[in-house]
Amino acid sequence: MPFIPHTEQDVKEMLDAIGANSIEDLFDEIPADLRVKGLEKVPTGLNEMAVSRLMRQHAAGDAQGLNFIGAGAYEHHIPAAVWDIATRGEFYSAYTPYQAEASQGTLQVLYEYQTMMASLNGLDVSNASLYDGASALAEAVLMAVRGHRKSKSKRILMPSTVHPAYRAVVTSIVKNQGITIEELPYCSEAGKTLVESLKHFEGEDIAALVIPQPNFFGVMEDVDGLADWAANNNAFSIAVVNPTSLALLKPPGAWGEKGVDIACGEGQPLGIPLSSGGPYFGFMCCKQAHARQLPGRIIGRTVDLDGKPGFALTLQAREQHIRRSKATSNICTNQGLMVTAATIYMALLGAEGLERVGSQSISNTQALANKLCAINGVERVFSGASFQDVVLRLPMPVNQVLEALTEKGLYGGYALGKDYPELNDCISVCATETKTEADLDVYAEALAQVLEV
Amino acid sequence: MLIFEQSRSGRVAAGQVPGKSEVSGIPAELQRKSRPTLPEVSEMQVVRHYTRLSQQNFSIDTQFYPLGSCTMKYNPRICNTLALLPGLAGRHPYAPDSSGQGLLACMYDLQEILKEVTGMRSVSLSPAAGAQGEFAGVAMIRAYHESRGDGGRSEIIVPDAAHGTNPATAVMCGYKVKEIPTKDDGDIDIEALKAAVGPQTAGIMLTNPSTVGVFERKIQEISQIVHEAGGLLYYDGANLNAILGKVRPGDMGFDVIHMNLHKTFSTPHGGGGPGAGPVGVSERLLPFLPIPMVAKEGDHFRWLTEKDCPQTIGRLSAYSGNIGVLLRAYVYARLLGREGMERVAEYATLNANYMMVQLKKAGFDIAYPERRATHEFILTLKRQAKEQNATAMDFAKRLLDYGFHAPTTYFPLLVPECFLIEPTETEAKSELDGFIEAMTKIKHEAEQDVDQLKGAPYSLPSRRLDDVRAARELDLTWKEIEENA
Repeated sequence: MPFIPHTEQDVKEMLDAIGANSIEDLFDEIPADLRVKGLEKVPTGLNEMAVSRLMRQHAAGDAQGLNFIGAGAYEHHIPAAVWDIATRGEFYSAYTPYQAEASQGTLQVLYEYQTMMASLNGLDVSNASLYDGASALAEAVLMAVRGHRKSKSKRILMPSTVHPAYRAVVTSIVKNQGITIEELPYCSEAGKTLVESLKHFEGEDIAALVIPQPNFFGVMEDVDGLADWAANNNAFSIAVVNPTSLALLKPPGAWGEKGVDIACGEGQPLGIPLSSGGPYFGFMCCKQAHARQLPGRIIGRTVDLDGKPGFALTLQAREQHIRRSKATSNICTNQGLMVTAATIYMALLGAEGLERVGSQSISNTQALANKLCAINGVERVFSGASFQDVVLRLPMPVNQVLEALTEKGLYGGYALGKDYPELNDCISVCATETKTEADLDVYAEALAQVLEV
Repeated sequence: MLIFEQSRSGRVAAGQVPGKSEVSGIPAELQRKSRPTLPEVSEMQVVRHYTRLSQQNFSIDTQFYPLGSCTMKYNPRICNTLALLPGLAGRHPYAPDSSGQGLLACMYDLQEILKEVTGMRSVSLSPAAGAQGEFAGVAMIRAYHESRGDGGRSEIIVPDAAHGTNPATAVMCGYKVKEIPTKDDGDIDIEALKAAVGPQTAGIMLTNPSTVGVFERKIQEISQIVHEAGGLLYYDGANLNAILGKVRPGDMGFDVIHMNLHKTFSTPHGGGGPGAGPVGVSERLLPFLPIPMVAKEGDHFRWLTEKDCPQTIGRLSAYSGNIGVLLRAYVYARLLGREGMERVAEYATLNANYMMVQLKKAGFDIAYPERRATHEFILTLKRQAKEQNATAMDFAKRLLDYGFHAPTTYFPLLVPECFLIEPTETEAKSELDGFIEAMTKIKHEAEQDVDQLKGAPYSLPSRRLDDVRAARELDLTWKEIEENA
């Protein structure tokens, strides 16, 4: 039997010990009229060879094109060692490190991860991760409302330059707690949030201002001005950042006079496969003063009975299995395996490697934008300095262009119209370090052909 | 030793990173001034360091791991291999549906399989973990009442034995929590339930088999009481492994359910995630399911979004949930097939009942001795704690020395000094016998010299860790300056 080791002799001995005639007898407490006859609509089992053939057939036709989509999930090179080690059975098939003495490997990885993330963000403390970037932002909003002692407000200011799916997730998760999200317009020329647009909120009680960097358009926001506005108006500031960009860009802990209160974001660029959207991991860091309000698992270094350093889950008094209805969140796991991979990725790359990945991605995207803008009718939309996404306006209906490009074997970008109706003739494109000059030319030639027709 | 302590300035794992390129266009005031604390180490140093760390873990691949309510069964390797096929692992979430027909076909099939297994009307795969599935479920209950103009319902009923996530989730959805007691035989106190329900009741959250490891025999009566009061029934799928192919939550009267695919469908626990927590619903909650879901139109598959599902509770993750986990679960489901699924519940239950009986014979106290074990059962060490000062914690730590991961300790909270033991169907009789033998030896050690237990574990990378110090003197990140001072 697949994955069941029992022999007939084992079963007989076990039933004898129990004093039951059959395995069926062990289900005698379930009311008879509830018993199901069988799972007819579930197909019968396949052996490993047949399942492999089936899955290879499914995978064969998928994702064969050259990818130029970014929009919050980025195709970076993942060194072979990352998943080779992360999928070792000792990491892959362990559980949450409740028994610290038997989980020092996972615990130390998480402690190293916390150190790396806190340092990348320029903040004091990191948790051991959340589900993804969007749910991390939702948890940051809840944390701000809960943790801001000098504000009674449940109002959050959210730039419309924050990833549209993140804004949707935040609304789904916080709406039942009476929290209101007020969206801020962006400057249609620069493609970023202007500090002036916040003026009419001055003097009002606001729990937090969210600040994306780079924003969904790839444009870099005036983070110092925005963080200072939040500090001067008694609001928490919540950064939403791309971790690759942090090798090059000023970390949230250094934004403005005081730095942000909370930083969060999507960890996928750090060695996690695109995998159609998950599993990824969300990261969250904060100032020391807010450590006890952080949601999720946190690892601390301590000592054992012999005084030897070791690691353990800590601040568990915040969590649902102790605090139940008064917990900081209902979350009871992190994304352990993803974080293990990300830690190995960051260790392999180091600061220098991460800088090179970031700078190579910026220059490739800029080179791509230049090539595409050389085509008649294609133009950059925003004047603000950009990171690894660029928004372009097309002279033909966007979906028609993207479909035609797909037929030519490439995924040309993200259509912005469904989230931003005013940009319904625009796409955002991205070329990470994985793209060569030749790849960029393939795209430029394909687009020129599509637009010629 | 930490990876940072192996760092040497100027070293780069050059084979993994692209060449240098000049960056232009980042305004000076937005540039980073000092480098982050990332180690400067070689590829081999990284490989050695993390390989060694992995060896300091207990895992299913190396030890029996009978952690109650966590279903630590074998994770077939082929599930991982196939989920990482390039067409599946390399696909961008915003690539067109036409470039993901193979993936979408798998996801559609998985939805159909989970519907059949649970007896629910429809399934959404999007929640990223059990707790997020719970959130989705209770949010749907709320959306349902509000859509009927019945928004005054303010309470969710939760048994005192429930997982901590249940009350925490109810609060996240804006509800108050009303706790009801469990009777001495492990079933819910029906009279207390009758007294608790009313026009304020939005619903009840139940696990069946319950967290005390027994099947809730009066489930049909409970369903009737709650439904008559206008409330809905939420099924916490933590213990679905116990009933796979035997009885279905939909047939028991549940309106909404979440499944933990990292338990029942054997996706890896990964040191604490990622999981996947799909939700299934009955007819009346259909419009509220979280997006996205997969629809089949002729031969074509596509993701359903806000446009298709105007009453949805919305999106719970930026893209489509934990696809890579769902793929592993799908492969597992196809390997087992319907006949394999029924065997899961059978052998998980056989293993648990065998262990319960043998431990009882060895002189241990079972919390609910008159009941059948389901896929798990509770042992209480109250007597040992009282007579020898040998607590559940001491037994747990000593088990590690014997090469067994400890069962879940001190949960559920209502049984003192308890072990919640779940062997799963994938363990052989000899492994169970080894555990029982170790428990017997530890019991003997406790009777002879309890101090020996208090010092355990002795043979692991760490001895017992100072949790109080960890929480009081917070050391959450390594700091270069302090270490070098």
